[in-house]
Amino acid sequence: MENLPLNEQDFIPLGASASEGEVLAGKPMTYWQDAWQRFRKNKVALFAAILLVIIALFTIFGPAICGYDFTAQNVKIRNQAPSTEHWFGTDSLGRDLFARVAVGGRVSIIIGICGALIVGVIGCLYGGLAAYFGGRVDMVMMRIVDILSSIPNLLLVILLSVVLESSSIPTLLFAMTITSWCGVARIVRAQMLQINRSEYVMAARIMGVSPVKIVLTHFIPNTISVIIVNLTFRIPGFIFSEAFLSYVGLGVAAPNTSWGTLASAAQSTLLFYPYQMLFPSLFIALTTLSFTLMGDGLRDALDPKMRR
Amino acid sequence: MWKYILKRLGYMLLTLLAVVSITFLLVHTIPGDPFTSMVEDLPEETRQLYMEKYGFDKPLIVQYVRYITQLLTGDLGASLRYPGRKVGEIVAQYAPVSASIGGLALFMGVVLGLTLGILAALKQNRWPDRLVMVIALLGTAIPTFVIAAVLQYALTVTWPVFPTTGYGTWKHLVLPVTCMCVSPLASYARYMRSSVLDTANQDYILTAEAKGVDRFHIVTRHILRNAILPCITMICVSVGGIFSGSFIIEKIFAIPGLGKYFISAINDRDYSVVLGLNVIFTGIYVMAMLLSDILLMLCDPRLRLSNDK
Amino acid sequence: MEPLLKVENLHVRFASYAGNVHAVRGVSFEVGRGEVLAIVGESGCGKTVTAKAAMRLLDRTNAIVDKDSRIELDGQDMLHMPRRKLNTIRGKDISMIFQDSMTSLNPTMTVGKQIMENLLTHTSMTKGAARKRAKELLELVEIPDPEDRLDCYPHQLSGGMRQRVMIAIALACDPKLLIADEPTTALDVTIQAQLLDLLGRIKEQNGMSVILVTHDLGVVASFAQRVQVMYAGQIVEHGTVEDIFKRPKHPYTWALLSSIPGRALSSKSELYALKGTPPDLRRPLIGCPFAERCEYCMGICKKQCPSETEVSEGHSASCWLCHEFAPKVQPPRIFGGNE
Repeated sequence: MENLPLNEQDFIPLGASASEGEVLAGKPMTYWQDAWQRFRKNKVALFAAILLVIIALFTIFGPAICGYDFTAQNVKIRNQAPSTEHWFGTDSLGRDLFARVAVGGRVSIIIGICGALIVGVIGCLYGGLAAYFGGRVDMVMMRIVDILSSIPNLLLVILLSVVLESSSIPTLLFAMTITSWCGVARIVRAQMLQINRSEYVMAARIMGVSPVKIVLTHFIPNTISVIIVNLTFRIPGFIFSEAFLSYVGLGVAAPNTSWGTLASAAQSTLLFYPYQMLFPSLFIALTTLSFTLMGDGLRDALDPKMRR
Repeated sequence: MWKYILKRLGYMLLTLLAVVSITFLLVHTIPGDPFTSMVEDLPEETRQLYMEKYGFDKPLIVQYVRYITQLLTGDLGASLRYPGRKVGEIVAQYAPVSASIGGLALFMGVVLGLTLGILAALKQNRWPDRLVMVIALLGTAIPTFVIAAVLQYALTVTWPVFPTTGYGTWKHLVLPVTCMCVSPLASYARYMRSSVLDTANQDYILTAEAKGVDRFHIVTRHILRNAILPCITMICVSVGGIFSGSFIIEKIFAIPGLGKYFISAINDRDYSVVLGLNVIFTGIYVMAMLLSDILLMLCDPRLRLSNDK
Repeated sequence: MEPLLKVENLHVRFASYAGNVHAVRGVSFEVGRGEVLAIVGESGCGKTVTAKAAMRLLDRTNAIVDKDSRIELDGQDMLHMPRRKLNTIRGKDISMIFQDSMTSLNPTMTVGKQIMENLLTHTSMTKGAARKRAKELLELVEIPDPEDRLDCYPHQLSGGMRQRVMIAIALACDPKLLIADEPTTALDVTIQAQLLDLLGRIKEQNGMSVILVTHDLGVVASFAQRVQVMYAGQIVEHGTVEDIFKRPKHPYTWALLSSIPGRALSSKSELYALKGTPPDLRRPLIGCPFAERCEYCMGICKKQCPSETEVSEGHSASCWLCHEFAPKVQPPRIFGGNE
């Protein structure tokens, strides 16, 4: 450095104008842009998301692609192994398994996503209201949640399925969501209270920001990320519960089917036709795996604390 | 602290009452009565007689009060389907079977899950971590009954190492216990890993490092104790679900346990048994919750002392 | 006499997904025996990282310490010594007090055990002896009822008490060097004064060296002998307390001094606030890091980084204003004795 020749010209003060420069380090990004950037860098989560899209496309267009109706029986082609004709083979009534797995997937995924949405909406409303009213109302509301969530979930679902004596998708959803919204309600309430106590909300109030704007800029962004992550993790839970109920014989009724129903139907003949179990199980596993991985990715991407 | 425990005990009883009431209502709104589903054409007079004998002709509220007072004396009721069979006896007969399998599975799940989780966290981003996380992911993603089916197929048919179904010797236990512990094991491993990583990033770990405490003691004295706190609740939930978690496994492996009996009671519309078993299951669950509260308080001085006041 | 701690050309980088942050950029300094050195600078200037690097506390983070950086404690190479050896030195010869006593103490361990842990790690004391010594240490840091406090958990103590416990832990094995990283920042002003007073007295008693890391120049004057001002990962000026407070040479030091509320008020001028933010440490710096915010910025400042110029013995500054060609600038008139 010293070897650079110095001359007196260099030592003329530049004056105050030179020191104005407060240059921003990078162009500012909104929260969601930033989150998307991070999610995109997470290869595993991105792959899981793509896989989910493929699975969804498969369940929508699968039956049309293979050209078989999922209820069409054909005694001549019972229990066939996978072939070019029937890609996933056929079941004991000669129905094409590719079509059945695709249609079953619709039910499983719909139950998973709807379940999570129902739980999300009820949980947000309940938790939000409890946090909003506070005081005694809050205490009573949360006590109810405590009691409801102490009821063993599985027992209640079984009992309700029996009581309702119907195996339609809405009934199953009702039985499965009746107490599981409690967890979401707790999270939402805790998050709301925490934000409400925070200094940035207090600062916004003092500066006279309108309540609507405070809710829009502080409460919703800070709560919604937590909820999205939580709900993503819940979807596999619902798919599992449905599979479990089908397995116990309380799942969706024929002619409708689901991955759980297909897998449990294949159970008795597993020794002879393992592929009948393989495909529905594989799809359950892939779907739940993808949702879990995507949830991990979303959590890392949306957690504002991780933000640099 | 005692005041706190008493308060929790009160809530526990309240919860139990709520559950009993809800199940009672649900069971009694099931269309039809047990006697029609039991025997196809029961003579009308006999049916009436039964209805009177069991009090089903009385208004619901009367039946409810009667049931609660009966419960308070410790009587869980008797089976409608098999007259003379008390719910208490059923529990005494089948519960040990379920408990042995569920307990073993829980034990394995907790021990292995926590160990693997700790291992993964300490070797973060190296191969042991990746391996454990892959296992844990698969464990959470594959339904229990699929694991059970595959294991049954592989180890009883292809290589007949273990008996397919039944209950009796230790060999009968291996497969059901293995299947049952996979999913809890996986979730413990995942949870424990993140908890350990979280604790390892705390400032007080830096303080310990600055004291010159070696890695082993930092892990054992500082990290593990604090990392395990959040897992206590989770473990207790599993303890509470020890019976209800074994339904599927008992069905697949034809194990004469409480879960299997519960499902058949539902199918038989044997209300009093369903109700009675439900009370037992919930009771265990709620007690496990209480246990978790007490354990947490014993292990976390912050909770213990704030409740003293 | 050989200095106790010698840091030479320390470079620390943090790997982040937005690029490497070059947090400490070629810092060299020494701490003599029994000396108190203050490292001063605004947040993010690398002072805490420097302190942690000296303790090798960056090992388990994403920090990268350059290969040719050297840190020597008592002639021993700290950066390349095996962990086993390191653990016999940390906590014994060199110890550290952290800023936030709430999070820096293990919440599930009694304070007694946390003090004893240090003793049991480095000495062959029995548990009973260690407990006795822990009690003495609590007495030393002036905690009332030391016997009872031993069995308390951190959350049962007040912030000031907890910081005293932190000091007791750090002093347990009579270290030769104590690094205090913003030890009083989180506390009330009155408690700050008490604690500094306490630290000063203990230091007098056992003759240890202290590195005080702080952003508060007010704290420094009464406590330290030498001051080192850091900016953007570099040392911009260092000298004795006298030098820095009475004859500061670097515009950044001027700015820091002008921002001390008490001083500004006594001279009846408005409270000074330095404008702008420190440079982005992810990028390489051309010229003087302070140039962007400097009122006296010259053409050369933006082209070339100033080298260290010795102003008087033991007092140097890295500023082009010290160059012979530079115009004579009158620093703001807020310093007690301007020459």
